[in-house]
Amino acid sequence: MNFANLFKIAVKALSNNKLRGFLTMLGIIIGVASVITMLAIGQGSKRSIQAEISEMGSNMIMIHPGGDRRGGVQLSADDMESLKLEDLEDIQTKTRYVTYVSPSVNSAGQAVNGANNTPTTVYGVNLDYLEIRRYRVDDGDTFTEQDIKTAAKVCLVGKTVVDELFPDGENPVGRVIRFGTIPFRIVGVLESKGYNSMGMDQDDLIIAPYTTVQKRILAITHLQEIICSALTEAYTDQAIDEISEILRENHRLKPSDEDDFSIRSQQEMASMLTSTTDMMTVLLAAVAGISLLVGGIGIMNIMYVSVTERTREIGLRMSIGAKGIDTLAQFLIESILISVTGGLIGVIVGVGAAIAVNLLAAFPIYIQPWSVFLSFAVCTLTGVFFGWYPAQKAAMLDPIEAIRYE
Amino acid sequence: MEEMEKKEVIRLENIRRNFQVGDETVHALRGISFTIREGEFVTIMGTSGSGKSTLLNTLGCLDTPTSGEYYLDGVSVRTMDKNQRATLRNRKIGFVFQNYNLLPKTTAIENVELPLMYNPQCKAAERRQRAIAALEAVGLGDRLMHKSNQMSGGQMQRVAIARALVNNPAVILADEATGNLDTRTSFEVLVLFQQLHAEGRTIIFVTHNPEIAQYSSRNITLRDGHITGDTPNEHILNAAEALARLPRQEDY
Repeated sequence: MNFANLFKIAVKALSNNKLRGFLTMLGIIIGVASVITMLAIGQGSKRSIQAEISEMGSNMIMIHPGGDRRGGVQLSADDMESLKLEDLEDIQTKTRYVTYVSPSVNSAGQAVNGANNTPTTVYGVNLDYLEIRRYRVDDGDTFTEQDIKTAAKVCLVGKTVVDELFPDGENPVGRVIRFGTIPFRIVGVLESKGYNSMGMDQDDLIIAPYTTVQKRILAITHLQEIICSALTEAYTDQAIDEISEILRENHRLKPSDEDDFSIRSQQEMASMLTSTTDMMTVLLAAVAGISLLVGGIGIMNIMYVSVTERTREIGLRMSIGAKGIDTLAQFLIESILISVTGGLIGVIVGVGAAIAVNLLAAFPIYIQPWSVFLSFAVCTLTGVFFGWYPAQKAAMLDPIEAIRYE
Repeated sequence: MEEMEKKEVIRLENIRRNFQVGDETVHALRGISFTIREGEFVTIMGTSGSGKSTLLNTLGCLDTPTSGEYYLDGVSVRTMDKNQRATLRNRKIGFVFQNYNLLPKTTAIENVELPLMYNPQCKAAERRQRAIAALEAVGLGDRLMHKSNQMSGGQMQRVAIARALVNNPAVILADEATGNLDTRTSFEVLVLFQQLHAEGRTIIFVTHNPEIAQYSSRNITLRDGHITGDTPNEHILNAAEALARLPRQEDY
């Protein structure tokens, strides 16, 4: 018995029972479609978070003071003054894996323009900060190195601050606003970045030379934070090692001492965030997988009924020369055909549903080729696995009894 | 019609078949021996319980005897395994059943092609051509594409006979082939069997209807697992004439 003939026989048997075949397929269709849609949604949100993080600067490294214990008392990181300007300069000059370095000192307060005011934060940084955080100046220009040296009262403002302070849509560039009591002249407006994945408005800020913020607002000489960027994301770990070495040396820490600073990378943040979506993806896929299993059991059920119902047909086929293996193959091919056809339709429905979710609910989706391939492979296996028992039952029938079965 | 020199198609030597039912052993066949030569039309008669079904299953290679030898077309069947017997059935035997056993919702030609589907040597074109020839031989050349549920009992049985012919078998085994048909249709089918007999086919017709025996060339009677009679029929009746004598009915 050749395969082509068996295939024809199976197709014929299925086409004799189209509605039943379709209902059986429905289980598989729903199973596969839900696996694909769920994975598309899970992967989509993971990707969108990753994209946002890389928009924030995926190679970003943040150095905070802290981690120091004095007499067993853990001090708040903000109270520590361990990060100095020399640390910044050393990181700038002595490292190989770090490209941009910026100090950061910030102060929260009220920004005022005439009758309008808004609560916001001023970040005191250098020009590298714009590169690290990927801020671009939309309108006007950045402040200059000269401004940093002279602690000039100039600033760049984010879109949100502009909207609050200049509700009439006037051009803010060149205008003077106050932050607390200090007047700042606006030299440029930052391009809007929107909200980040943690729901923070990235446009609600004022950027000024760090010297200005240190001297005129905070009256401090230390740095609250140092932000740098590694050469590329891949060199983040090497960059962290270099920085850590320089800081330990500068702070004269003995090998037995703990770090008096902490270094965190955006990469860590990213993996932390994506681990949540990974978990979500796994859960969604598991639920979808269960529906695929239920679909498989549906196939088994129908094939089992079909074998009983077609006992006489099996008896006839055997008496005219079908071997056990032919009967087994016929029923296996039938169940595989059901599951593979169901799988194909499921792929189409699943992709369609994912696209619909994207269009209607504006939810980010990403259809991974492997998820399509995987669910399709699972389908075929389902057909074999759940078709096996009924097919085996058919093959074991005694033709003498089967042919006279009523 | 001298058949002494004709080839032996079937030879049974002291066939016994026992079934174990609980603690009891049922002797369905108790030493059956006979030879059927090419071109014979044999009826095997017996009441229910006589062992004729078991004998039919044995002759059809669906069952193997407990002891004794069975040669089909010169080949010993007793030692064959299930798969070998399946292949043997496919090449050497044509079955005709009482309830036709056609595949539902399937055309006549596809039903007739079925045995050839299980023969890998037979290609699609040849299969179709042989199926058409077999259907023409049973007078259904104009109903190739009719589905089994669109046909009358007589037509279905003809399709079944065509299916039994299509593999050009050594023997046609008919099991109460007229049992489900009315008198007129029964005679039509008998005419067909006599016609096949005239063409030189070997036919074994198992029945409990003594009337059928009058149209065959030899009559074997079975009782309680023994052969109680094995006589050639000297006066074979002509089924076509009998059919012509039947009163006309307003069927159509």
